[in-house]
Amino acid sequence: MTIQRREFVAALAAGGAAGLAGCSTMTGDDSDAEISGETLTLTTTSSTYNTGLLDELNAPFEDRYGVSVDAVSQGTGQALETARNGDSDVVMVHARSLEDEFMEEGYGVNRRDLMYNDFVVIGSSDDPASIGGSDDVTEAFNAIADSESSFVSRGDDSGTHTKELEIWDETGRSVDGFGEWYQEAGQGMGDVINMANQQGAYTLSDRGTYLDMEDEVDLEIHVQGPIEGGPELLANPYGIVAVNPAVHDNVEYELAMAYIGFITGPEGQDLIENYTANGEQLFYPEALSEEPNFQQYVSEGWSADSAENSSDSSDD
Amino acid sequence: MSLESATTVPLLAEFPFEWNYVRSIIVVSLYVSVAAVALSTLFSLPIALTVGFAEFRGKGVLTSIINTGMGFPSVVVGLAVLFTVSNEGPLGSLELVFTREAMIMSQFVLAAPVITGVSLAAVSSVEQNVRDAAYAMGGTRLDVALVTIKEARYGIATAVLAGFGRAISEVGSVLIVGGNIARADGTSKTRTLTTAIQLEAQRGRFETAMILGAVLLAIVLVVNGVVIRLGSDEGGYR
Repeated sequence: MTIQRREFVAALAAGGAAGLAGCSTMTGDDSDAEISGETLTLTTTSSTYNTGLLDELNAPFEDRYGVSVDAVSQGTGQALETARNGDSDVVMVHARSLEDEFMEEGYGVNRRDLMYNDFVVIGSSDDPASIGGSDDVTEAFNAIADSESSFVSRGDDSGTHTKELEIWDETGRSVDGFGEWYQEAGQGMGDVINMANQQGAYTLSDRGTYLDMEDEVDLEIHVQGPIEGGPELLANPYGIVAVNPAVHDNVEYELAMAYIGFITGPEGQDLIENYTANGEQLFYPEALSEEPNFQQYVSEGWSADSAENSSDSSDD
Repeated sequence: MSLESATTVPLLAEFPFEWNYVRSIIVVSLYVSVAAVALSTLFSLPIALTVGFAEFRGKGVLTSIINTGMGFPSVVVGLAVLFTVSNEGPLGSLELVFTREAMIMSQFVLAAPVITGVSLAAVSSVEQNVRDAAYAMGGTRLDVALVTIKEARYGIATAVLAGFGRAISEVGSVLIVGGNIARADGTSKTRTLTTAIQLEAQRGRFETAMILGAVLLAIVLVVNGVVIRLGSDEGGYR
């Protein structure tokens, strides 16, 4: 088993490089056969999982490489924690600050921008805080807090929860001081949408999950995200990170890189582009670009200067 | 729903999933729960018989410990098993996290106290009536044990059923250690009826969740029916 793995490290180095370059085809001649029978464990967020996008992406990957993808749906925080323990091989999440932390701690390597959608503020059509049509989400949050209208928070360290706290931060308010109108559900997006629906409350949702459930609930979008011309603050970019095999030598690093290569390549990006629910596109691919964003490989705010400083101090 | 579709496949016509998917979920649920209950029974019965027969100091305390175990919160058991099988845990090298084996482990921990406790109660209640008579008729210890098991078999069957009910209807720990994984080919790896119901409810598809719930109930009813039937065919006591 171990020997077999070592053998195709070399064959897959090309795949890893291809992954970084955003090239989907890993046509190493003997690598296909040797990967066969392996299992890749992917931890991801409910928004990619519940919308059905992953089924769409994983089936062709499994077909091509003869591997199984075990997709485990967790919040972003939990997904990264599972990866920290070496219990997953690759993580697909949407909270850049948490991803950067994960990378800086050395648990992740080869982060890639994958796709984006956006967040929307949804609530009952009554709209008690009169935020409908607002294009300033901090103002809308202020109005909700001032009118003490019911608001359901994910409260689960997910990417959506992280974004919500970021917006409250922008308003200069602290959720710690909020009254009973602010509820922390500690549950997944779908559960929270159901709760908000029951209570006629507001919540922050990713557009994909909302569109997927639109027919099941009486909630409407009051504040749009950037996809429909709303504020940039509501952008929701997804990243994918391989777990560092130097930290956990049991992880299927080569498979993880093949997977990253596949879904950031033309075929995976096409599948993302063409995936719809209720006739609407849920995710927008962004791995392939004529003007690649080099910040995707490193922590946000990282600069060449700081790199020089750190390489001076390290014995690299 | 048109009348035609109602007469052909009334339920599945409206069902948004492939039958293969549902069937594989049922198979995984049964596989995990039956395996866990079988292991728990093998583990629990000797304990129940030993404790039931023996008279020793602290028997009362031991019995209360077993009974307390019957109420273990399943999510706590799930967490404990996760820590054990995680790559960072003592059994990490076995790579059991997000597997059926890990789910069997957690259900074993949940079902074993139930099976031990209930069959201990059954054995103890028989003991009073029969044991002395069996001894009086010149029986050896083994004879007495066999007579007791025979007399208590209805109670033991009830214990196994209670353990099965606990295992198959449990959601918290299997979600944590199993990961609720379905494969892209539309079959379940670690998705059970309970975790599928949880997922469907989370997606707001309550009808589908209800249908899966009905399937789960039907399975529990059938298993209960079969075991009770087996008991009565043998002309069990009562």
